[in-house]
Amino acid sequence: MNTRKALASLTAMATLFAMAACAAPDKETDTTTESGVDAATATSAADFGGMDALVKAAEAEGKLNVIALPPDWANYGEVISSFEAKYDIDISSDQPTAASQEEINAANDLKGTERAPDVFDLGQSVALANTDLFAPYQVETWSDIPDEFKDADGTWVNDYGGYMSIGYDSAVVPDVTSVADLLKPEFKGKVALNGDPTQAGAAFSGVMMVAIANGGSADDIAPGVDFFTDLKKAGNFLTVDPDSTTIEQGTTPVVIDWDYLGAAAAANVDTWKTVVPEEAVVAGYYYQAINADAPHPAAARLWQEFLYSDEGQNLWLKGGARPIRGDAMAEAGTIDADRWGALPEVSGEPVVPSDEQTVTAGEYLAANWSKAIR
Amino acid sequence: MRPSTSFRIFRAVLLLAFAAYFFVPLLAMFDFSTQVRGSAPGRTWDNWQLMFTDEDLRSSIVASLLLALFTVVLMVALLVPTMVWVRLRVPRMRKVIEFLCLLPLTIPALVIVVGITNVYSWVTYVLGDSPLVLTFAYVVLVLPYSYRAIDAALSAIDVATLSEAARSLGAGWFTVIVRIVLPNITGGVLGAAFISVALVLGEYVFASLLHFDTLPVAMAALYKSNGPAAMAAALASMILVALFLVGLTFLSRDRHKQGAST
Amino acid sequence: MRGGPGRRFAVGPALPLLPFLGFVLVFLVVPTLTVVMGAFQDEDGRLTLGNLDALTGDAALTALRGSLVLSASTALIGAVLGALLAYLIVSMSPHSLLRRATLAVSGVLAQFGGVVLAFAWIATIGPVGVVTNAVLELFGADLYGSGWLFGLPGLIVVYSYFQIPLMVIVFAPAFEGLRPQWREAAVNLGASTWDYWRHVALPLLTPAFLGAVLLLFANAFAAYATAAVLVSQGQPIVPLLIRQAITSEVLLGQANVGFALALEMIVVVTLVMVAYNLLLRRTSRWMR
Repeated sequence: MNTRKALASLTAMATLFAMAACAAPDKETDTTTESGVDAATATSAADFGGMDALVKAAEAEGKLNVIALPPDWANYGEVISSFEAKYDIDISSDQPTAASQEEINAANDLKGTERAPDVFDLGQSVALANTDLFAPYQVETWSDIPDEFKDADGTWVNDYGGYMSIGYDSAVVPDVTSVADLLKPEFKGKVALNGDPTQAGAAFSGVMMVAIANGGSADDIAPGVDFFTDLKKAGNFLTVDPDSTTIEQGTTPVVIDWDYLGAAAAANVDTWKTVVPEEAVVAGYYYQAINADAPHPAAARLWQEFLYSDEGQNLWLKGGARPIRGDAMAEAGTIDADRWGALPEVSGEPVVPSDEQTVTAGEYLAANWSKAIR
Repeated sequence: MRPSTSFRIFRAVLLLAFAAYFFVPLLAMFDFSTQVRGSAPGRTWDNWQLMFTDEDLRSSIVASLLLALFTVVLMVALLVPTMVWVRLRVPRMRKVIEFLCLLPLTIPALVIVVGITNVYSWVTYVLGDSPLVLTFAYVVLVLPYSYRAIDAALSAIDVATLSEAARSLGAGWFTVIVRIVLPNITGGVLGAAFISVALVLGEYVFASLLHFDTLPVAMAALYKSNGPAAMAAALASMILVALFLVGLTFLSRDRHKQGAST
Repeated sequence: MRGGPGRRFAVGPALPLLPFLGFVLVFLVVPTLTVVMGAFQDEDGRLTLGNLDALTGDAALTALRGSLVLSASTALIGAVLGALLAYLIVSMSPHSLLRRATLAVSGVLAQFGGVVLAFAWIATIGPVGVVTNAVLELFGADLYGSGWLFGLPGLIVVYSYFQIPLMVIVFAPAFEGLRPQWREAAVNLGASTWDYWRHVALPLLTPAFLGAVLLLFANAFAAYATAAVLVSQGQPIVPLLIRQAITSEVLLGQANVGFALALEMIVVVTLVMVAYNLLLRRTSRWMR
């Protein structure tokens, strides 16, 4: 009797253990809309039966989960509120300050739940490493997007881009014209980088820009790391994470970041200037994609339509980012011409590191960055 | 032996220095949270009001408070019957239970979070998806502290005699534990509850890495856009936690300095 | 579970323990084993020692050194200052309100950490902190410098904030355990105050002190939240390197390296806690 009980309880524990050690199965959810369209596999608005049907399906879902969209990043705050105002859909914006990899982690961890992110806005390497998580979709304005900025099936599409820049408060520091200026004594305790380059894509591109300015290339990021070592030794490098608050408070008077983020900071600081150093032009585009397991598949697709509409593209431009349909819209005259003209000037051929170059540079940073700025 | 005057002065000076180190940051946080910066410096309570008006912040406060409540309930439901039973019927398991309860002291919370993803995919699969599922992880977190508090209280009473008396009068085990033992260890249980509440209200590791919006997570996010408001929320939560913990020390004094103090 | 069918062990009475054991198994043992096993697997689940190689890489060694420096220095600072404060408290009359209040406050501050603690120090000696501004106005000195608060030196100051009070609650009982009779006996035998401390009190207190140092070390080594909020540049300590392994958008597929780092943390903390328990056993003989 006792033996049997013992065996039974041991078996129960073992089963529990085995179950807990594996991931739970996926929940099957029915994503078919009233009119019989499976929203989760729709690849264009036409699949729903046109935009009106898409809007109807999306509003029936009533919710949209976005993740890692800081309100002061490329004007996402206004993008979100405009979308909510236009459609009867509630946006839940999770972890606004998270990094790209955390978006993917969230999609995996929260798979099958109501809170899983519906759409992603990712850096290049994370996006290209996770394409099997995305659902292909082509927006109405698909043909306006240059081919090199989209996957042929619409698995991912570049959304907006910009150039790595040095933003600075001209009331606090002298004008910056080149990367080398940052070593001057006037910049003591003033230069910040947006994040850790072993962790954040923006900071990675920042180090890449500095590398190129110092004789490196997309294949050789080492001079960039050396420059930051010097910057740290000179006491110029600040290990603070810059954001609108620190820029407004004057804590981070010089910030190496995407030019559109500098522009966002300028909204609060009149004397803020943004310069793209001509000796080192590094460009980067973010990747937009729909989660294949989106809990609100129709809303996710409507969000894409909104982002790539004239309205959505101009909202990004308002945040200082270069929308991907910018050139086409400039031609058609639908762009916000004032803002399009006011973007920082860029001369020279922009460098966009390839995926392999990013991996190699990333490994170098992993081994050397912590030491470099100690 | 009364300390000499020079020692008393020496002591007062040192105590003041310690007080400065410990209280200046709290005052600084208060100062920060009420400051108006920019063109017209002054004082404002706006950042404190935000706790009640900002929807994200408010929902995270509610989530954290509910989590604290659920953690306490589950902790008591799990721990008290187990510990009573071990004392009465299987004393040879006592060392095992103690070892398991104190294990979270040796395994950093961050390590548990890193390994718990699969377990949580089951939890959300079975129970649905709400910040309240964090209760399970938090019970593990408070296990060592709760165990000590309850263990000390149980040691102070004669559980065996109490329960035998009750059993011989026909009481079932449920009655023994809930109506006889529990009322006699209220102090220990309350102590365990208070420290649990304090830990849960400040917990950041699990919530942030498992993507749940609890108060500390919301504060860290808010800090990026509105530093002073985040400071106000942080100070408020700190004061609440302090009240619970001060309550705890007074309770443990009432129990003649048993447990929870080491 | 103890006792298989082969041994004489009545299982029946142990059955009510199953809910508790099952709970601990699922929420504590399984995650820990996941980490331990994950440390020896690659992304596809094959056995490998490659993750452990990563532990000997520069970044991992730098972080380990940083963690050890941080834990050791805050354990020592905390232990020395905490013991001093504990002595000051114990030297007060047992009924003094100040004594009770200080002990209560220590109990509160020892649990104080994470987001709130990071905020408190940013408000104090951060770039526009209250003390930073005051020092600048009064002495013209730049306390903030180029952001040492957001690196390892800052973590030492900030961690001491919870280490000192923790030492007070852990160590005050040891002072209370020193019986006045011992001192009187020593004085009666002609010993000076110094002799008493040198030959009686210090040898008695030493094991408890060392034990407390180890406890503080483990406490600092395992802490994560405060550092996560405060430090964003560089990965000076192991917990932050684990965060990088999980969340980096530049270095991908590092999850198993994260497991290996987590295993490293378990090993260090376990060693320290075992040593702590050995010392605790020695102290408990006289601290009754």
